Amino acid sequence: MDMISNLLRRPAAASVLSLVGVLAFYILIAGVDFGKLMGAASWVNYAARIGIVALPVGLLMISGEIDISIGAMIPAGAMTTAIISGHYELPIIFGILGALAIGVIVGTINGVLAVRTNVPTLIVTLATLVGMQGVVLAGSKLLTGSASVPLTAPDWAKTVFGQLMFGGSHQVVIVWWVFFAVIFWFVLHQSRYGNWIFAMGGDKESARNAGIPVNRMTILLFILTATSASFVGMCHAILFNSAQVSGGMHDIFNIIVSVVVGGVLLTGGFGSVPGIFVGSLTFAIVNKGIDFTAIDRNWSNLIIGVMLLVAVAMNESLRKLALSAAIGKRGKQKQDAPMSAASGEQRLPVPHSRRVERNEGPTDV
Amino acid sequence: MSDKTPVLEMRGLDKSFGPIDVLHDISLKVHEGEVLCLLGDNGAGKSTLIKTLSGVYQPTRGEMWMDGKPVSFANPREAQNMGIATLHQFGGTYPLMSIGRNFFAGVEPTKGFGPFKAFDRAKANRIAVEEVQKMGITRITDGDRLVGGLSGGERQSLAIARAVYFGARVLILDEPTAALGVKQAAHVLRIVKEAKRRGLAVIFITHQVMHAMAVGDHFAVLIRGAIAADFRKGERTREEIADLMAGGESMADLEANIEGYMETHDGHPPPPAH
Repeated sequence: MDMISNLLRRPAAASVLSLVGVLAFYILIAGVDFGKLMGAASWVNYAARIGIVALPVGLLMISGEIDISIGAMIPAGAMTTAIISGHYELPIIFGILGALAIGVIVGTINGVLAVRTNVPTLIVTLATLVGMQGVVLAGSKLLTGSASVPLTAPDWAKTVFGQLMFGGSHQVVIVWWVFFAVIFWFVLHQSRYGNWIFAMGGDKESARNAGIPVNRMTILLFILTATSASFVGMCHAILFNSAQVSGGMHDIFNIIVSVVVGGVLLTGGFGSVPGIFVGSLTFAIVNKGIDFTAIDRNWSNLIIGVMLLVAVAMNESLRKLALSAAIGKRGKQKQDAPMSAASGEQRLPVPHSRRVERNEGPTDV
Repeated sequence: MSDKTPVLEMRGLDKSFGPIDVLHDISLKVHEGEVLCLLGDNGAGKSTLIKTLSGVYQPTRGEMWMDGKPVSFANPREAQNMGIATLHQFGGTYPLMSIGRNFFAGVEPTKGFGPFKAFDRAKANRIAVEEVQKMGITRITDGDRLVGGLSGGERQSLAIARAVYFGARVLILDEPTAALGVKQAAHVLRIVKEAKRRGLAVIFITHQVMHAMAVGDHFAVLIRGAIAADFRKGERTREEIADLMAGGESMADLEANIEGYMETHDGHPPPPAH
């Protein structure tokens, strides 16, 4: 019993329960063949595609900020690669570096704006989101005269970023996703930087006072989100031999839903990499798994909406559980524990000076 | 104790923002193992004084001395490095982080080498629990628990234990008991005494006279940015201090006023003066 409650208190608990719930729904009610689902590549590819971006976005959200410009950065990365290596026929390595560079540049802009101004990062990145869409569309029209650019990538690039060599239609992004997840897991949960990120999300001012380089970390996290988005775009351009200006907009919400289902608190300070990983997986199964059912795939958004609400509600109650069971031995110490701020305070009858000052002589009515 | 050099001394400190004088000619000192209580009503200039002491503001005029040498802090970090720890209410603790992680936020112990330096959770938890227990909070035994589950008093105590562990010499506590219940406030006062016993100089800011009298050795009352009274333990009664804080108005008079009004107005208290 104690073990179960310990497991439930972990930040990833709700996302695992969501995953189990979704699988149960698909298999038991919608009649999905479990073996067929496991063998399919579509949802794993999709999970990897959003998962790679969801990891740094999750870290950023734990630190108390948000980045929605990722929606423009995925096509931006793809177009950059296609324009450099497709249209101008430069070696693919320049296309790859160009895509990553544009991620670093936009990420730096986001980060510096977030740190230097008091504008909420939702607004800052909304501005860069819209701005980058304009840049990508106008830029590709200007340079190539079209909104869709073909690209032929050499074999080595296809091996590293495209189709998985062995095994049908699985893509290499899956390997990258797992690889990044391990790195992010280490950073967030094992290194001191993870502690900094949590502290930033918990109380930015205290974190600053404790000597944590809050500004540098914020900029770095914004660079990571934008670059991971352009990385995903670049992989797609190489995989599909072309890039289009459109696309990527709905990825913003899909990624944020994955992160939130993964147990990250929207206001920051709480979350986990395993949770984000499972959250992306769950989202992908809902979104792509519906093709394995008899249900019309247009219903999938309804399922996602319901899942989001249920997962967030679960997150809330599980977090309360984690907080309430904070102290070792429960029960007997309950009496003096939770009566802190809420309980009545005892003060001497010292009224505000303003009232006292005006009370000279008999009071006017 | 007065023959020893004070740890921190203010000499004729003035602070003005443009034409507005907020602090005027503040001279105070605090010794090792002594609690200086700064009393004052809202707007008396307490927070400005704290911010000047902790390096957020620079004094317009006057000097600060530490251990007999003049010092000036360009920013809060410098004040911290000199051993001045300022704790605001609940400040310095993160509710959704574990006790061990809270305790070492920003100064995490690590093990391993190169890019694989890992946060040493076991060590952090062990030290955090040890230090907090040394401060007298024996209820905390598991460093992995979340701080948000602690009581307000315990969170304060954790922050104080942290400051003590990291070598604070002057502890500035900004209204540490303001939002706490009776029991919790008593808890914090115990910790303040413990810090004092360990030889820290404590500056305790409050507007609760009872709390101040429970721990203070030395009291200073601020009114409109100036020191209206400066006295040692036992020199004034509680009523006198409360009257001083209220700006010289006698609390007894005020109470009589209100009661008189209520008698003539069917038991209704007077409307607040605006």
